[in-house]
Amino acid sequence: MKKALRLFGILLSLSLGGWCAPAAPSDAAAPAKAEPTLEQRVADLEAYINNGPRNADAPESKVTSKISGPGPAHNGWMMTSAALVLFMTLPGLALFYGGLVRRKNALSVLAQCLGIAGLVSILWWLVGYSLVFSAGNAVFGSAGTFAFLKGVNSNPNTNYSYWVSQNVFSMYQLMFAIITPALIMGAIAERMKYSAILVFVTGWMFLVYFPMAHMVWGVDGLMNGVWNANASIKAIDFAGGTVVHMSSGWSALILCLLLGKRLGFPKEPMPPHSMALCMIGTGMLWVGWYGFNAGSAVAADGIAANAFMTTTLAAATASFVWAMAEYVLKGKPSILGFCSGAVAGLVVVTPAAGFVDSSGAILIGLAAGLIPFMACYKLKGWLGYDDSLDTFGVHAVGGTIGAFLTGLLATSSVNPNLDLNLKGVVGHILWLEQLKAIGVTLLFAIVGTTILGFLIRVLIGLRVSEDVETIGLDLVEHGEEAYHD
Amino acid sequence: MKKIEAIVKPFKLEEVKDALAEVGIEGMTVSEVKGFGRQKGHTEIYRGSEYTVDFLPKIKIEIVLSDSRLETAIAAILKAAKTGKIGDGKVFVYPVQEAIRIRTGEKGEQAI
Repeated sequence: MKKALRLFGILLSLSLGGWCAPAAPSDAAAPAKAEPTLEQRVADLEAYINNGPRNADAPESKVTSKISGPGPAHNGWMMTSAALVLFMTLPGLALFYGGLVRRKNALSVLAQCLGIAGLVSILWWLVGYSLVFSAGNAVFGSAGTFAFLKGVNSNPNTNYSYWVSQNVFSMYQLMFAIITPALIMGAIAERMKYSAILVFVTGWMFLVYFPMAHMVWGVDGLMNGVWNANASIKAIDFAGGTVVHMSSGWSALILCLLLGKRLGFPKEPMPPHSMALCMIGTGMLWVGWYGFNAGSAVAADGIAANAFMTTTLAAATASFVWAMAEYVLKGKPSILGFCSGAVAGLVVVTPAAGFVDSSGAILIGLAAGLIPFMACYKLKGWLGYDDSLDTFGVHAVGGTIGAFLTGLLATSSVNPNLDLNLKGVVGHILWLEQLKAIGVTLLFAIVGTTILGFLIRVLIGLRVSEDVETIGLDLVEHGEEAYHD
Repeated sequence: MKKIEAIVKPFKLEEVKDALAEVGIEGMTVSEVKGFGRQKGHTEIYRGSEYTVDFLPKIKIEIVLSDSRLETAIAAILKAAKTGKIGDGKVFVYPVQEAIRIRTGEKGEQAI
């Protein structure tokens, strides 16, 4: 553990020292601005309703606004969405994964989700939010601008939203930063040391998540095709198909390969200890995902409304298709089939939710019900890796399909923002740009995780001992048991 | 004295207990056990991983009783536990050398 803490310190100092960019220029003494006219005040109200800029938000504006703070409905929806996304991890994902492990390891999964929630929140406050959402270069924001959430108050950051408080926006985005590394836990369940997990997650946030999130959503990000006119890769990712699902899914594959199989895999039976818990977790994930996808409009607007619909259609279709595929091929539709299909549908529709229409969502649901299904049923057997709870099969395969399908199915008829910087791209070569984004994501996830995984394996070891693995992580690593009887 | 060890289907426990009570058997020890005989187990599939579950849950009932009550007790168990399908279970009978009531130190049939 001492070693783990020391490594944590080294990583922290590296990340702070390495990426510090000059602080944003302070506002020069600006000339006093005029009070808005009645017409401008009405226009500001219309802007609130339509989620557009106030008069005062224009770069050369010479007026103030009577509503310079957040807009209540947009803010309210984003606070709700942030809570929904946290609910996806605590306890949604914790129960979805927790139900799938053996009873002796049920608590270890909960401990991983809880630990990540705390650790990532601290990193986010320290420098994470700044590295992702301040202006910097194409890959990183600047570490200094919003370090310690300095200046992140209830006023909107108009780079991201005219009407949502920046403190709400930063907490909303924090919930994404929490669930992403938590998804990886599915692949390494039942055998990875807790100290190694904490060190891995810390390093992974800096090497993979923060740059990925900045590249895709940062104001000057490399792959932020919708908002950054200068983006080198004109890709789109509505709610995190690349940032969240591809990055976690591919990292999960690398980490589970570095970690090795669970003792006794695949000869010893390792059935889920509670399919009921797993289903409860799935339901929470599905409900929480409305915050994840519809919330990614960062407004209570029509784009959010469309994302709400596409999320529902894709999840329901994929859940049904996966279980029916089992019914036809294996003779029985299983609860795990329905649950896996629902999650796969939600994963695949994530990058597309605010960009595709209802037919697109159904197509996505079909693909999500069949392709990850084949990955979990066949690919894993052929390749022989032990991805305990199928993080790779669902999130990497699903996220990659989603990123690609978004390129084919996106339409500006449901999202006029696609006309801002992507005219002539959407509906034409967007799929090619999406492939480039997929490539960059693979590069970051695979290289970042390989370096970190090897480093941790050499320095403190990745796995618990065979004795600990046999007894179970709950008792040895956490001193508790999930069930007494 | 004899000991009856009956392995029955879990959902038959209540009926067997009532049938034994009707013929005057006043005590028994019951445990949840797992095992298989000719019924064999079943297969569970989780995302393509197939597990054969060989051991099925059963209930083991243990009764110690005097020789004179043996046949009526066995008949009661057979009648109550039978469904006619494979997996109904088995009844074993053993001789018992001694029985002692801990509270009083009574021995033999008085102790059961």
